[in-house]
Amino acid sequence: MDSSLFFGITTLGYLLASVFYIALFVFKNNKLAPIGTALTVLGTITLTIALGFRWYESYQIGIGHAPLTNMFESLVFFAWCIGLFYLFMEYKFKNHVIGAFVMPFAFAAMAYASFAKGINQEISPLVPALQSNWLIAHVVTCFIGYGAFAMAAGLGIMYLLKKSAVDKKLSEQTLLGSLPDLRFIDDMTYKTIVFGFLWLSAGIITGAIWANEAWGTYWSWDPKETWSIITWFLYALTLHARFTRGWSGSRIAWLAILGFCSVIFTYFGVNFVLSGLHSYGSS
Amino acid sequence: MTKKKQNPFWQLFSSVKLALFILIALASTSIIGTVIQQNKPPEYYVDLYGANLARLFQTLSIPDMYNSWWFMILLGVFSLNLIICSLERIPNVWRLVTMDNLETKPERLQKMGMRKTMPMEGSLSEATSETASFLASKGWKTDQRELENGTLMFSQKGGWTRFGVYVVHISILIILTGAVIGSSRISNSILRNPHFAFKGGVNIPESQQTDVIYSYLTQKPLPLGFTVRCDSFKIEYYPNGMPKDYVSVLTVLEDGKEVLTKVVEVNEPLIYKGITFYQSSYQPYQDYILTVKNQTTGLKTTDIVPYAKQVTWKEGGARFGIINMEKRGEAISRFKIWFTDDQSEPTKFWLAPGQDALIERASGTYTLSAKQLYATGLQVAKDPGVWWVYSGCGLMLIGLMIAFFMSHRKIWALVREEDGKVTVLFAGSANKNKLGFEKTFSTLIEDGK
Repeated sequence: MDSSLFFGITTLGYLLASVFYIALFVFKNNKLAPIGTALTVLGTITLTIALGFRWYESYQIGIGHAPLTNMFESLVFFAWCIGLFYLFMEYKFKNHVIGAFVMPFAFAAMAYASFAKGINQEISPLVPALQSNWLIAHVVTCFIGYGAFAMAAGLGIMYLLKKSAVDKKLSEQTLLGSLPDLRFIDDMTYKTIVFGFLWLSAGIITGAIWANEAWGTYWSWDPKETWSIITWFLYALTLHARFTRGWSGSRIAWLAILGFCSVIFTYFGVNFVLSGLHSYGSS
Repeated sequence: MTKKKQNPFWQLFSSVKLALFILIALASTSIIGTVIQQNKPPEYYVDLYGANLARLFQTLSIPDMYNSWWFMILLGVFSLNLIICSLERIPNVWRLVTMDNLETKPERLQKMGMRKTMPMEGSLSEATSETASFLASKGWKTDQRELENGTLMFSQKGGWTRFGVYVVHISILIILTGAVIGSSRISNSILRNPHFAFKGGVNIPESQQTDVIYSYLTQKPLPLGFTVRCDSFKIEYYPNGMPKDYVSVLTVLEDGKEVLTKVVEVNEPLIYKGITFYQSSYQPYQDYILTVKNQTTGLKTTDIVPYAKQVTWKEGGARFGIINMEKRGEAISRFKIWFTDDQSEPTKFWLAPGQDALIERASGTYTLSAKQLYATGLQVAKDPGVWWVYSGCGLMLIGLMIAFFMSHRKIWALVREEDGKVTVLFAGSANKNKLGFEKTFSTLIEDGK
């Protein structure tokens, strides 16, 4: 038994959860909801075990460190954050259709981590720069934020689909018409962005403090840092537009999607397209 | 207030439209510097983008855009916007927080989204004290005011949370202030005191010392006011050959006296007199450090020796050198040492770096160790603004939590007598998370029944 078995189970679990949630949405069959939830819970539990195992394994080979140090580990942790955050939201708001728009993100992260070329799954020792207690604080805060933003983007897509149904005066019996009430989706999107924004801020701050401890400069306009602040500006803009200019609905939905594109670019784009201090995140 | 509002400058800078515009401008221009590599020599841009475009880049300071005049202007407008926006709105918020809610007219209470009227038993005064003690028991201590036909009670929580968003705004200004205080450019060109804040670097070969470092900004030497010596430098490796850590032992000297010795590693800097030394790089030399001790006489020598060069140690009566070595990757895995005391045939043996070899000779017992000579590369920074930045960051998180998750909640209770019937009207309002407060409100009413 090792961590890769559990990672595999999780990937499958998240795939099936996505399928069931989508089926629930398409066939408007709420009986599928408990299955989707159970699969998500199962996937998240096995993923927790897998992460624990990987942490333990790293100690066994004598280079013990938290499993948060390369592309594979961060993708898996990203999936974990999405899964956990989604379960929390489902529990709180008692709505299962959202799963059809959020869990595919969690599955995509797991699948990409497991099957994409160039993703090194080995546990490798930490380069000296990463050997710091700030590592866990920095990565965890960032990825909780990323998880929330993934959810917000899913909600944004959902909003736009429902909006098109409302505009076309489709009945509640149609596929898109059956989505939750616009005001409800809008409110959830906003709350999720607020939550993510707080964690993104914390992620940038912990990163800045760490950079200052390691290199003597808390901000060096390295591409990753710059993109994280671009993302921060975008969400700050979204919140101000909503609070003070009364923006809501489609505009906020589009901003939630745009914001998540910026998150994705901060996460992948910078590693693969641009070069900089964060290059260890790319393999 | 009204006068200020007529001022178009004030009007512009207090507007949220400007805030939105600045956020878009900062976000979109910031992209440029992530796509076009920063701080390369001018030729780089000519080669990559052609002479004309490169000239345009230089005019617009694109190669160092985050320090360019126009980016500074953007940040300046951003700050001014934050200040004036907050100044404009704080008085209103102050009024909202300190306003006399007992002035609220019963007609308004009857129109509030959260309200509930209930019949009461007993006299008006009994109902009043009962309601007051009920609310107090639920944590809502009320103020009261007598009205014509009854009593109005009011209680509120979290009025101060309305300032949360301004806490966030101020925290950003504090961070920017810290950035200004810690800026080596400002300390160099405006304060004309390059010692106030700087970033620089220095390479110190093992066993050597320095009392200056080199500013990254001006490339000029900056005296430290004390001396730093590199006692040793080593690279630790993982079994697979990957570097595990870079470790320097640094000693601070004042007037030639040793004050402090510290092991400096990546993520573990040395701080002395507000100046921080970070392990940032290293440089290997094609020279080696040989340390030989004569165990019998107690004499010791440390020499920096090139490859295949003989050292003659007269006092110790020995000659030695490195005649061969093996590398694994960049690291030397072992040296071949040649040693003689001229009493008999020279000894030759393999020795791993950093380990002691025991050499038994007719003239006595020697120990010998060998390692490659390195210079440690240190990044050196003095940033008196960093605590401003850290405080601003802490304040920002607190402010965000207040602004997002705490709200100003109000509860009124109007006990009155109309046509001989005593009733109580509960009303409530919250500035945020209205749904959450509605739940609190209805549970409260349920309990009150």
